[in-house]
Amino acid sequence: MILVENLHKSFGEAHILKGISTCFDQGKTNLIIGQSGSGKTVFLKSLLGLFQPEEGKICYNDRIYSQLTDDEKRDLRKEMGMVFQGSALFDSMTIEQNVMFPLKMFTDMSKEEMEERVDIVLKRVNLPDAHKKFPSEASGGMQKRVAIARAIVNNPKYLFCDEPNSGLDPKTAILIDNLIQEITKEYDITTVINTHDMNSVMEIGEKIVFLKDGHKAWEGSNKEIFKTDNEAVTNFVYSSELFKKVRVMYQEEDRN
Amino acid sequence: MALFYYMNYLENIGRYFLMIGEVFRKPTKWSIMKDLILKEIDDLIFNSLGIVVFISFFVGGVIAIQTALNIDNPLIPKYLVGFATRQSIILEFAPTFTSIIMAGKVGSYITSSIGTMRVTEQIDALEVMGVNSINYLVFPKIIALLIYPFLISIGMFFGILGGWVAGVFGGYSTSAEFIQGLQSDFDMYHVFYAFTKTFVFAFILATIPSFHGYFMRGGALEVGKASTTSFVWTSIVIIILNYILTQMLLG
Ligand SMILES: Nc1ncnc2c1ncn2[C@@H]1O[C@H](COP(=O)(O)OP(=O)(O)OP(=O)(O)O)[C@@H](O)[C@H]1O
Ligand SMILES: [Mg+2]
Repeated sequence: MILVENLHKSFGEAHILKGISTCFDQGKTNLIIGQSGSGKTVFLKSLLGLFQPEEGKICYNDRIYSQLTDDEKRDLRKEMGMVFQGSALFDSMTIEQNVMFPLKMFTDMSKEEMEERVDIVLKRVNLPDAHKKFPSEASGGMQKRVAIARAIVNNPKYLFCDEPNSGLDPKTAILIDNLIQEITKEYDITTVINTHDMNSVMEIGEKIVFLKDGHKAWEGSNKEIFKTDNEAVTNFVYSSELFKKVRVMYQEEDRN
Repeated sequence: MALFYYMNYLENIGRYFLMIGEVFRKPTKWSIMKDLILKEIDDLIFNSLGIVVFISFFVGGVIAIQTALNIDNPLIPKYLVGFATRQSIILEFAPTFTSIIMAGKVGSYITSSIGTMRVTEQIDALEVMGVNSINYLVFPKIIALLIYPFLISIGMFFGILGGWVAGVFGGYSTSAEFIQGLQSDFDMYHVFYAFTKTFVFAFILATIPSFHGYFMRGGALEVGKASTTSFVWTSIVIIILNYILTQMLLG
C-alpha cells in the first residue's frame, strides 16, 4: 500500500502538484489519469523519489519516505519496478542483459539461476525468443514488454508504469494492460499506472485518480467514473463520441 | 544579468564537486564494474590509438622541419633539431595538445553517450533500481583514463619518430645528429612534469564531459549542444591547469 498526503512539487515558478492526497492499495491496478501536461509523470516520479517534493508525505506500507536515510531509500527502491514512458531500456545491452540487469546488480544468483528467471519473465510477457536482440531492433510494443519484464524480474512489491500502452495499437495496448493486471494479482503487487487512455480505464481501472491543474479532481473506480457528475471528469471522459454512447448504455443499464 | 551568470557558474562548479564526491560513494558490484571498466578502456583508450599516432607522427615531422629551417646560423649545432623536437613533444605537444584533441574525441563521446542516457530516462531507470548512477557511469571512465598516460607515451614515441623521419629524409639533419640531439641534456624531471600533467588532464577528460552529459536537460538537440559546450569547457580547463601546473612545476 502507498499512502500520499498533501504532495506539492514545483519547478521554479511553475507549481505542478498542488497538494495531492490519495492511497493506492496492494494487489490492485491503480490508475492516474488526466490530460497531457496535467502532471502525471511528475507525480509518479515524485512517488519514486526521482523528484524531491517540497511538501507532503509518502508512506510505503509503514516506511515514511522522507524519513529514510539514503541507503534505506536505495533498499526501498530495490523493491520497486518502473516502466518508463519511453521504455528506457539500456541500449548498449541485449534484451536478455536488460532483463537480467537488476538480478546481476542486486542478487547473488548464479548465472544459470538468472538465465532461468529471465526465461520465465520473458515468456510471461510473451517474448520467448527475443533474448539476443538489441532494443533498437525491437518494435515499440516489444520494448514496452521488455521494460515490463525488467521491472518485474526481481519480484517487486511496487510497480509503476508511465503510459505503458501509449503509441501502441489498440489490440497490443489491451494485451499490455491485461498483462500488468494479471501480474499485479499474481504477485500481489501495489501497481500505479499513468494513462490517458479510456480503454485502459474501462479494462483495468480498479481505482482511478483524476488529476487536473495539479489537483486531485476526482477519485473512484471504473464503474463509478461513468456515473459521476463531476464536470472535470465528464469533460475528459466524454471528449470522444464513443464514450458518450457508453454513458447512455450505462444509464440505461441502471434504469433496468 | 551579469550577476546571474556569475551565480550560475558558481552553482555549476559546486555541483561538479558534489558529483565527484558521489562517484566514490556506494560503489557498484565489482563483477559488473569490471566489465564496465574493460569496455571503457576499449572505447576511450584503444579507439583513440589511431588518431593519436597519426597526429603525433605528422606534427612531430612539422616541428623538426620548422626547427631546422629556423636555424640557418652555422654557429648553432645541427643536433639541435633532434633536441628541440624532443623537448616540444615531451613538454607540450604530447601531454597538452593531444589532450585538447581528446577533449574533442573522447569528451564529446562521453557527453553524448551519458546525455542520451539522460534524455531517454536510462539514468532515471538506474536510479529507480537503486543504483548509484554517477558511480556506475563515471567511475569506470576515470579508471579507464588512468591508462591515458600510456596513450600519451605512444604519442611521444611517434611524435619523435615523425621528427626523425622528416629530419633525416628531408635532409635537414643526419640520423646520428638527430639521435645525438635526442640524448643531449635529458632531464627526467621533464618527464615527471609531462606525466603529472597527463594524469591531471586524464581526470579532467573523464569528469567534465561526464558532468555535462549527466546534468543536461532536454532532447536530442540538446545532446549535441551539450557536447559542444563540454568540449569548450574541457579545453578551457585543460589550458588553465596547464598554465598553473607549468608555473608550479617548472617556474
Ligand atoms: N524536469 C522538469 N522541469 C521543469 N518542468 C517540468 C519538468 N518535468 C515536467 N515539467 C512540467 O510539468 C508539467 C507536467 O508534466 P508531466 O510530464 O507530468 O505531464 P503528463 O501529465 O505526464 O503529460 P503526458 O500525458 O503528456 O505525459 C508540464 O507543464 C511540464 O512542462
Ligand atoms: Mg507523462
